[in-house]
Amino acid sequence: MSATVTARGDDPILGRSPRDRLPDRILQWGLTGLAIAILVLIAYFFYKLIDQSTPVFQQSGVFAFVFDNDWDPSKNIYGAWPLVVGTIVTSALALLLGVPVAVAAAIYVSELCPRPLRGPLTVVIDLLAAVPSVVYGLWGVFVLIPALRPVENWIGHTLSFVPFIGLPDDQTVAGPNYFIAGLILAIMILPITSAIAREVIATVPKEHKEAALALGATRWEMIRMSIIPYARPGIVGGAMLGLGRAIGETIAVTLVIGNAPVIGKNIWDQGYTLAAVIANEFGEAASDKLHTSALLAAGLVLFVLTLVINALARAVVNRRSERRMQVGAAA
Amino acid sequence: MSALGPISTRRRLTDKTARTVVLIGAAIALIPLVLVLFYVLKRGLGAFLNVDFFTQDPSGRFLGNPGGIRSAILGTIEIVGLATIIAIPIGIGLALYLVEFGKNSLFARVVRYFVDVLSGVPSIVFGLFIYITLVVSGAISGFAGWKGSIALSLLMLPIVTRASEVVLNLVPNELREAALALGSPRWRVVARVVLPSALPGLVTGSLLAIARAAGETAPLLFTVLGAKALTLNLGDQMNSLPLQIFNDVREAQDRLVDRAWASALTLILMILILNVAARFVSRRNRFA
Repeated sequence: MSATVTARGDDPILGRSPRDRLPDRILQWGLTGLAIAILVLIAYFFYKLIDQSTPVFQQSGVFAFVFDNDWDPSKNIYGAWPLVVGTIVTSALALLLGVPVAVAAAIYVSELCPRPLRGPLTVVIDLLAAVPSVVYGLWGVFVLIPALRPVENWIGHTLSFVPFIGLPDDQTVAGPNYFIAGLILAIMILPITSAIAREVIATVPKEHKEAALALGATRWEMIRMSIIPYARPGIVGGAMLGLGRAIGETIAVTLVIGNAPVIGKNIWDQGYTLAAVIANEFGEAASDKLHTSALLAAGLVLFVLTLVINALARAVVNRRSERRMQVGAAA
Repeated sequence: MSALGPISTRRRLTDKTARTVVLIGAAIALIPLVLVLFYVLKRGLGAFLNVDFFTQDPSGRFLGNPGGIRSAILGTIEIVGLATIIAIPIGIGLALYLVEFGKNSLFARVVRYFVDVLSGVPSIVFGLFIYITLVVSGAISGFAGWKGSIALSLLMLPIVTRASEVVLNLVPNELREAALALGSPRWRVVARVVLPSALPGLVTGSLLAIARAAGETAPLLFTVLGAKALTLNLGDQMNSLPLQIFNDVREAQDRLVDRAWASALTLILMILILNVAARFVSRRNRFA
């Protein structure tokens, strides 16, 4: 190394000429420009999506498009209600089946399991996220549907008095149905929901846990009274991020939901979702302007739905972390 | 001596029951992964071990030899490769802006918010974006591999940016200050100090984003469309592994379904390798 330690030889550090500062300026404005460009791009996509879906909105109105219960492209009738219902039913099933398991897994991994198991278990649960959605679809069609059919029939007939779950005696379940789609979605949201639950459980102050144990609480009482109340908002937020995923999931659902644009009578019936209809009908829609526009409108509804849910989820998770920071600052 | 009485039977039973329920829940969480991997191996390994599977293209013949998946593997590598080239510099650039320049300014918060929005957008909607802007309008209309790459890069962008932001934030401020105090200009601090020290984390985030993009089908459906023959020209319709699996499943013919299982095995292996690599690199991170 030479005797000088300044970065630019003998130049005085404070007296850099504008020309010397040029690379810094370029870097700063280049990166800012990049950020602006990304925002403009998102806005442009959003505008284009609205613009291209207007034909179908002009035909029937936004309200009728979302709430009319009739989807029949061959007659140019586009009422997306059966798709919206299918999306809601499958996502709700996913939450119902997936969240308890995800939270249980998170509690077990962070509080109850033997320490050497903790790392491997975390990795294995996270690996669920590495399986592509088309592979879940493949597995659902050829393994899950045939394997679960007798179980579904039994549940449906045994609980025949329960609305939406009961199955009349003379009927059997359709192979592909809402339940199977919901089950696959539950598996797909498990890793993200569980990971976020694990993260918020890790933020529970040690003092809270030790206080409960010192007062003579059993392990479970400590979990119920110290951990769950503290972590609940984060867990809810994680579940909602999972919901956002479930709503937008396309390929696996397309393969296992049966693709019938009607509202099923119970969860063992075939249905359709917004995302699945786009994936399925795009090929045939390409030559029909109105049909294409209806599918783009379905995409727009899907987009807005996920935006709202993700915004709510973030608000819930962030409120928690802000409060935590305040508590931390006060302590 | 002990002032603490024994825990009542009811409380002990509740504790035992609740812990068992939690254990069962955790065990249930492991079942799907085991079952998926088991069936993919069981049904896919047969065709997978055949060399022709990797050296032939799908024949498209209704009867007889359905062919292999050469064009699908190469197509996936090429499409995802281009998406990586697009998404990673932009994603890391955005993170650099947020950490080094934007910090907590209003504009930076807006950018951060929209990156979050982008990460919640369903992958099929990215496909729609590209479809309406590049496939059906403009002078360059038509399906093409590079359009699928752009759709995938949109999907990767928020993953790369968020992961990079986290690791760039982990670079100690003392390092930046030391470099600045020695007279380095800002750009040199970024290029010689911040980026090299965050490198393992940046690589990990990028690898995870690539793994995610490699498994996506929905954004490719109406941007790349699909093909059977091998083409390395990104301007043409191309084949890709997820598309190939999706189409084979929908054909519901035994031979094609066998190919789908073997393709699924191939795809999962590719993604696993990326994940393992990501984990391996993140071990070398100095600050995390």
